[in-house]
Amino acid sequence: MSARRRRDPLARIPRAVLVPGAIAFLLLVGPLVALLARAPWAHLGDLLAGDTVLPALGLSLGTAAASTGCCVLLGVPLAVVLSGADGWPGPLRRLVRALVITPLVLPPVVGGIALLLLLGRTGLLGGPLFQATGVQIPFSTAAVVVAQTFVGLPFLVLGVEGALRGVDRRFAVAATTLGAGPWTRFVRVTLPLAAPGVAAGAVLAFARAIGEFGATVTFAGSLPKVTQTLPIAAYLALNSDPEAAIAISVVLMVVAVAVLVSLRDHWLQGIGR
Amino acid sequence: MTRRLPALAAVAALAALALAGCAQDLPAASGAPSSSPSPSLGGGITVDAAASLNEVFPKLAASFQQEHPGTTITFNFGGSSTLAASIVSGATVDVFAAASTKTMRTVQDASLTAGDPVVIARNELEIAVPPGNPGRITGLADFGDAAKTVVVCDRTVPCGAAATQVFDLAKVAPKPDSYEPDVTSVLTKVEGNEADAGLVYVTDVRAAGSKVEGIPFPEADEAVTAYPIAPLKGSRNAALAGAWVAYVQAHEADLRAAGFLAPR
Repeated sequence: MSARRRRDPLARIPRAVLVPGAIAFLLLVGPLVALLARAPWAHLGDLLAGDTVLPALGLSLGTAAASTGCCVLLGVPLAVVLSGADGWPGPLRRLVRALVITPLVLPPVVGGIALLLLLGRTGLLGGPLFQATGVQIPFSTAAVVVAQTFVGLPFLVLGVEGALRGVDRRFAVAATTLGAGPWTRFVRVTLPLAAPGVAAGAVLAFARAIGEFGATVTFAGSLPKVTQTLPIAAYLALNSDPEAAIAISVVLMVVAVAVLVSLRDHWLQGIGR
Repeated sequence: MTRRLPALAAVAALAALALAGCAQDLPAASGAPSSSPSPSLGGGITVDAAASLNEVFPKLAASFQQEHPGTTITFNFGGSSTLAASIVSGATVDVFAAASTKTMRTVQDASLTAGDPVVIARNELEIAVPPGNPGRITGLADFGDAAKTVVVCDRTVPCGAAATQVFDLAKVAPKPDSYEPDVTSVLTKVEGNEADAGLVYVTDVRAAGSKVEGIPFPEADEAVTAYPIAPLKGSRNAALAGAWVAYVQAHEADLRAAGFLAPR
């Protein structure tokens, strides 16, 4: 990492990567530029002022914040366990890590069906819950948060685990010699040092939650003000009013870019280690 | 392990792009010879069709391809409105079959149909409930009962427009738990027993077999939806597109066997 930052000969990149790199950038940015070029700027305000977009935006921001909170509360402990898993048998460690990353590669709709099979009212856990209490999770705002947490957790766990592995162990050793127990050591030493990774993971999980569509519509459904988040509103608007769909997409893009710009270089520290 | 993931993902993405490129090229290459006046059919076409046709169209295509060896019909089933939106936005499609004349109209208005659309079948709504009817649904009035878990199509898609119509006729103020993006999603939720009832087409209940039970209601007859089909101007294989449309028209009886109503 530090070698990359210093201005030394090793930091110079080969020219051959410039062209494919530029193509990759265009591939990523081109569709967004097209979206902005076609956006109905003149009546963007009218399109967004309808009774669909603002409630959907509020719901999206609220559920994404809640699911990011869940990701941090559940994901940081999981990352701590995984970062200390070097002593586990290799196949077990690889299996656990693969399972944690699976939601990244699972088609979101399949993730939604899997959540229904677990938490639906005839599901493995949802069935007994419904029989005992009459409570059903699907079609509720809670279901939106569950779906977003499911897809967002891998980002957080990967980010935090990478950060934890980068923490200099000598600080923990020093803390131990000074008499700190495992909990004090974790809360006062390890966690503060891993904070940038937690922040980066949380921002990525939030961004993923804001854009979540497939798992949400499959598991939670689509009811205005309850489960109809901004991406679902955009998809439905595409059927009747493509201009409104583009307007909603612009809002989503602005939210996503704002979130990701706030990442700055934390991403390099937290992700991809 | 984690270090290798980005590289793997990049390779997969490139492979997908390459494949997509090939898929784009194939119809162009094979479509070229058929633009000559030769009467023999060949090559492939892509048919965008309403989700409710996804049982009967593949069967018809199988017999069509048997009668015309060397032809390939690829389907893209989905919500009619979504399909229409992608066609209007420039998707390369040879034939469009919609679940409402209104949806077909959006494609006609963009001057993208080659010739007038023909209605091949009609369909009407029916209440679908999970086997055994656990929610004890008796009719449309149950959709206004907030205590029941009920799902319908969003009003932006044809099955949702028809649902709005029957609720108006029955003077029921619906309180659905979800407005689903297409009829298949409604059916999925009923099949999975996540909803007590859903409003779908008669043909969907028929196609689902023992996974759902159907409850007909009188207002359905007043909100019948038509299925127009039309070849599209952008087709790279107009001969095959026209032949497929004619074939579907000639095999209207197969559509009726699947539960559809006669075109009129």
